[in-house]
This record gives sequence, C-alpha cells and structure tokens, in this order.
Amino acid sequence: MKNLQRIRTPITAKVCEGLSAGDRVLLSGSIITGRDTAHKRLSRLIAEGKTLPVRLDGETIFYAAPTPPRPGRVIGSIGPTTSYRMDEYAPTLMEAGIRGMIGKGKRSPAVRDAIVRYKAVYFGAMGGVAALMSACVKKAEVIAYGDLGPEAIMQLEIEDFPLIVIDDASGRDLYEEAVPNGYL
Amino acid sequence: MNIIREIPCDRIIDTVRDLFIRVSTDLGDDVLSAVQRAAQSEDTELGRYALEKIIENAKVAKNESLPLCQDTGLAVVFVEVGQDVHVTGGNFSEAVQEGVRRAYRDGFLRKSICDPISRANTGDNTPAVIHTEIVPGDTIRIIAMPKGGGSENMSSSVMLLPSAGLEGIKKHIVDMVRKAGPNPCPPILVGVGIGGSIEKSALLAKKALSRRVGEPNSSDTRLSELEREALTEINSLGIGPQGYGGRTTALGVHVEMMPCHIASLPVTVNIQCHVARHGEAVI
Repeated sequence: MKNLQRIRTPITAKVCEGLSAGDRVLLSGSIITGRDTAHKRLSRLIAEGKTLPVRLDGETIFYAAPTPPRPGRVIGSIGPTTSYRMDEYAPTLMEAGIRGMIGKGKRSPAVRDAIVRYKAVYFGAMGGVAALMSACVKKAEVIAYGDLGPEAIMQLEIEDFPLIVIDDASGRDLYEEAVPNGYL
Repeated sequence: MNIIREIPCDRIIDTVRDLFIRVSTDLGDDVLSAVQRAAQSEDTELGRYALEKIIENAKVAKNESLPLCQDTGLAVVFVEVGQDVHVTGGNFSEAVQEGVRRAYRDGFLRKSICDPISRANTGDNTPAVIHTEIVPGDTIRIIAMPKGGGSENMSSSVMLLPSAGLEGIKKHIVDMVRKAGPNPCPPILVGVGIGGSIEKSALLAKKALSRRVGEPNSSDTRLSELEREALTEINSLGIGPQGYGGRTTALGVHVEMMPCHIASLPVTVNIQCHVARHGEAVI
C-alpha cells in the first residue's frame, strides 16, 4: 500500500505539493459539502462579483448529499457523488479559493490543469460505502442553500475520513496510471 | 370461471414500504457473496481494500439500519398483477406511490427526485417509476429496485445496425463499460436489453438487473455465452474496484432479449453500481 498520511484541514498549497496520486489520506477537520445546484449558484455569484454565503478560501468541498439522520445521530449515510458534473464550475471555485475537492470519478482536462495551477488536490472517496463513512462525521450543520434539501451546503467536522489522492498538483492522475490502456 | 381474489390497497402500501426500507439497508446475499468471491481473487492492493470496505459497509448498514449508500435512488417498481386480482380500497398506482413515500420518510432515506428543469426537489422521493404487467394468477408480485443516479448516468440506448450481430453487441457493451471507467462505482452489474423497440430494450435491460447477481440467462444459450464472454472482456479492462485498478470491474452481465423489427437492432446498456439493491415480495 502507498503512503498513508494524516492531514488536518485547512489544506495548504504546501500540503498539496506533498501529495501524490495513489496516496491514501485520513482527513480530519472542517469541510463543506456542495454539489450540482450549489456549484451553479456559487459560480453565478462569483461571476456577478457578489458576496458568497460561504467562505471558500482554503476550503475543501465534498461533493455529497447525505441521507437524513435518524434521531440521535449526527448524520445519516454519506458518500461522494460523481464529480464530472461539477467540472464546469470547479476551476472557478478553485480560483475563488477552494483547495481540496472530494468526489469520485474522472475529471476533465480543464479541472486537472486548474489543480496544477492553483496547487490544489482532488481526493477520491469510496462510492457506495456510505454507512461506514457516516461514523467519520462528528458534526454536521446546514450553512447555506437550505432550500435545496439534501443538496444544501453543510459544514462537516470529520475525523480520519479515508480518501485516496486521484489528481495531484503535479498533474498525475491515479485512474490513468491504474488503467494502462486508458478508457477510450 | 376463476374466483376473484381481493387485495386491499393497504397491503400494497405496507409491502412496498417494507421492501424499500429493507433493500436500502440490507445488501442481498447474491451481491455480498459475489463481492466476497471477488475479494479472494483480486490482485491489486487498492482493489482488495475497496472490496473489503464494501463487505464491511454491508455489515454496518445492516446492524445499524443505515442506508448502504447515501444515494437511495429513484424508486423503480416492477409489479406483476394477477388477472384474477381485484384491488380494493383505493387506487393501485397511488398505493405503490404511497408505499414509496412512507419508505423514504420512515426509513430516513434520501429524497432524490426533482423537477428536471427547475431542479426543485419533490420532497418525498415520488413519483416512483412503476412498470406494471398483467399476468395469469391471483397474486401481486412486487420487485423493488432503488436505482442510483451515478450509474444510471453511464447508461444509454442505441440503435445498432442489424449487421452488428452478437460480436457488435458485445463490443458495444464492453465499450460502454470502458468509457464509464470509475464513474459508476465499480464493480458494477451490467444490464443489457436487446431487441423490441427502443423503450422495450431499456425495460429489458432494467429488468435484467433484478435477476440475482451472476445467475445466467436460462432461456437462450447464445445469451448466457454473451454474458460470460462480455464479463471476461470487461474484467480484462483493468478498471477494477472504484477504478483503482484490478480485475474486478463487473460482478455480472445480465442480458435479456426479444425479437425486433427487420430494420433495427435496439440495444440498451443499463449500468448498476455495486450496491445492487433489489428485493421482491408476493401478496
């Protein structure tokens, strides 16, 4: 197994430079969630030069919408949605300060270029093991776009959240390296 | 003359509700044993790690009544209504919808259904997609299949040239899986519908996913061979569990077929993630 690193948010440019595609990471600290519609809204506000409802500077965003918690639980099941739907917006969000992204699946060349340019990182979280991941979430709170229901932006406190570096700041991509013959 | 059997709507509501809650938290033994077998033969370290996490997740989900995946899906319901059944005390379709509504509320499942244009959430995970068939008999058979969006997005219906034949169909299936890569949460299950019309091929592909994982098509040896050969080719792609590399890209390929127009060869490939949830009940 490749390197296992314990990292605490906020993730800095220096931390990103020390991460390589294929590294396993246990991430702790505060992150936010956001997916399709939240990305669209944030990008529009950025384009219009308006104030954002959340701070993006140095932030890590998890493409996720959890199940509702049963009474007495912090959160329901939680895991990544497929990232390519956020590709259109991800470079804009990185320009606005997003340093880490958590999702699953391939990213576009434009996103991978932006990851290099802004010294960011794209982590893969395992898809379909959301009951297991639920235990890593210690606090959860809706901080913006509550009208989106499960797609609202939440702030999460996570502990030892298991991730794998997919795209690193040097331009390497785990999927490409794992599948030598490529996908096309 | 056959005697008509009365089935009250309340029983349909309860059955649908209980089925969706159960399959959302309890991975079927067919899927679980397929993953366990794959974990034995997977040769990449990250691939084995991913398969072990899937097994561990199934245990936690069952023990703690937590959904296996945060995407608790679009509720797809296959219903076979016996022609000697009389549904009483309400509207049959509305009873199925009510069962889905209660399952997603009472089971703390995510509501993932929205207006296609405004993207406004409907709030209760309805409408479910219901496929009803009238069959002989006096029972109602219900198959519940919550379908995740990520793998559904990697699916498509195409009209191949009739000259494509079995080889062309197989190549198309493998190409679809290659292009999907890590996106649909491999190891996947591949449902394939061949023939009929465009919408019928999609229905056959979806129905194929409700078969127990790895159970071959029993009606036509050409199809069981296609299933076996396509699976071997898919698992030679190297995509592996979660796309981290490895030999376990798919757990099974399920093909269903029916005759089609002399000009056409409709083929639908419907991809299902490893959380292949399906369960049935007979009233």
